[in-house]
Amino acid sequence: MSPAVRIEHVSKIYPKQTSLWRRMGADAPVEGFQALNDVNLEIQPGEFFGLLGPNGAGKTSLIAILAGLSRPTTGRVSVCGYDVQAQFRAARRALGVVPQELVFDPFFTVRETLRIQSGYFGLRKNDDWIDEILENLGLTSKADENMRALSGGMKRRVLVAQALVHRPPVIVLDEPTAGVDVDLRRTLWQFISRLNQMGHTILLTTHYLEEAEELCGRIAMLKAGRIVALDTTRALLAKVGGSRLVLHMGASGWPQGKSRVLDERLVDYQQRRAVLRLENSTELESLLAQVRTAGGVIEGIEVLPADLEDAFLNIMHGASATTALEKAA
Amino acid sequence: MSAVHPTERPTPSDEAAKPAGFIGLQPNLNAGSGFWTLFCKEMLRFWKVAFQTIAAPVVTALLYLLIFVHVLEGRVTVYDSVSYTVFLIPGLMMMSMLQNAFANSSSSLMQSRVTGNLVFVLLPPLTHWEFFWAYVLAAIARAICVGLGIFAVSLFFAEPRLAEPWWILVFGVLGSGIMGVLGVIAGIWAEKFDQMAAFQNFLIMPATFLSGVFYSVHSLPPFWQAVSHWNPIFYTIDGFRYGFFGVADVSPWHSLAVVAGTFLLVASFALRLLSTGYKLRY
Repeated sequence: MSPAVRIEHVSKIYPKQTSLWRRMGADAPVEGFQALNDVNLEIQPGEFFGLLGPNGAGKTSLIAILAGLSRPTTGRVSVCGYDVQAQFRAARRALGVVPQELVFDPFFTVRETLRIQSGYFGLRKNDDWIDEILENLGLTSKADENMRALSGGMKRRVLVAQALVHRPPVIVLDEPTAGVDVDLRRTLWQFISRLNQMGHTILLTTHYLEEAEELCGRIAMLKAGRIVALDTTRALLAKVGGSRLVLHMGASGWPQGKSRVLDERLVDYQQRRAVLRLENSTELESLLAQVRTAGGVIEGIEVLPADLEDAFLNIMHGASATTALEKAA
Repeated sequence: MSAVHPTERPTPSDEAAKPAGFIGLQPNLNAGSGFWTLFCKEMLRFWKVAFQTIAAPVVTALLYLLIFVHVLEGRVTVYDSVSYTVFLIPGLMMMSMLQNAFANSSSSLMQSRVTGNLVFVLLPPLTHWEFFWAYVLAAIARAICVGLGIFAVSLFFAEPRLAEPWWILVFGVLGSGIMGVLGVIAGIWAEKFDQMAAFQNFLIMPATFLSGVFYSVHSLPPFWQAVSHWNPIFYTIDGFRYGFFGVADVSPWHSLAVVAGTFLLVASFALRLLSTGYKLRY
């Protein structure tokens, strides 16, 4: 069986300027901003896959290439075995994309919007499925309202509905819960999880790491256009290991550079909140003593299990105190 | 957030809960083309604001008729046995059709690009041919609506003459088609409303106004006659007028060759832009 998504040696360089004659000649740009650098990835059918990374890491560029909105400078991408360039019609029928930006056509009602989107995919008698989506996303009462009249959260629901209107095997959600309320998140994830349980492949990008941790079976982390981690969520959490010791420091702050052991254990330090890696509970007393010896004043203590945020910070910033402190500064 | 377990496989109850019309996990490759929907959407887009897109240009043409007929009727002789009012009507029709064909495709694309909703047209499996024809045919359709509206109000001013109706149709469609295509090009090229206004005011408006709408080019000095013959819009209006009166400044076949050639030229350019994804697919 073909992978749901296959990305092979994909690089993307945005040229410094979009020259008409260059594009007319369809030459590949040789200089400009490199958004993706030799990315390789396979997502199997039925997976709930997370794509994480800081702003500017290349997540949206990768999704744009997958959706045919952008062309890779080098490399090849396929969806359900169909090349997104050479077999773009089949590839696009296999893919539903929820864009990151809250965009809509102000001329139409919600139902008209969905009928039109369905028609673009050649499905002109699709009202049963449209009603089903409207109901599942809590949009039935808004079906005949103009898009302009909807709140931001409701518009976000319509974006999700538009991506699902042609029943794509692969669904890409580019930060679908950015700026939406808890109710929509719950409704959305219930519906998306149900689709995933039916066998739909889900590719999710999000800044809410707890969402990725709870939903995704596998995760890739992008940094500066490269994949820097690719594993199951469980394995990524296991790599972080142990627990997290959170120390709320006094006014004197973190004793930077006073203890090599403390600096090595420091994962993050922001607003006088120091997060340290804790291998096991027997280390607790020893670490607290070292902080006090180094001159740190501890005002509060928490011990938390490791989560995806720790894995993310570890991979993106490393565990060194220097990086964390530089970031805090 | 609700607790969900993505690794669980579907149970029989999940199977029973499948949405109506669920067709499985392969892309539906048998579905038809999206061209018709895109064309209908573009039609609906202007029809929903018909006061602005149809009625307003008809009223503008009506005002031109009132003023020019009042000032020039009986003072200007154009063709033998054709009064100035009757001469003016086809020119005004064609000028409004050309301007509205351009406005339809250019404003639709520009608005969609600025607001970002063009992504909904770029994500589906539409070819650049389907994209092109949907926008251009919708532009032609709006132009024909405007033309028919002006023809209807012109009946209050003069008795219509329809010497060669097929020529009217051919030049009406081809002329609007050229402008619809130019609208697509402008809609793709322009990144700001200012650039679009420049395209419209410094290229489209002069080309339509200086194309013999209000006069016969034979009444111009030789230099301006020569200049007019380099303007392809002149041939659309002249050929269109031939359909009404059976006489024109140049042969309708000559006009047809120029207009069809111009259409093919601009269409080739627009199709090339669309196929390379210029400013649409980075």
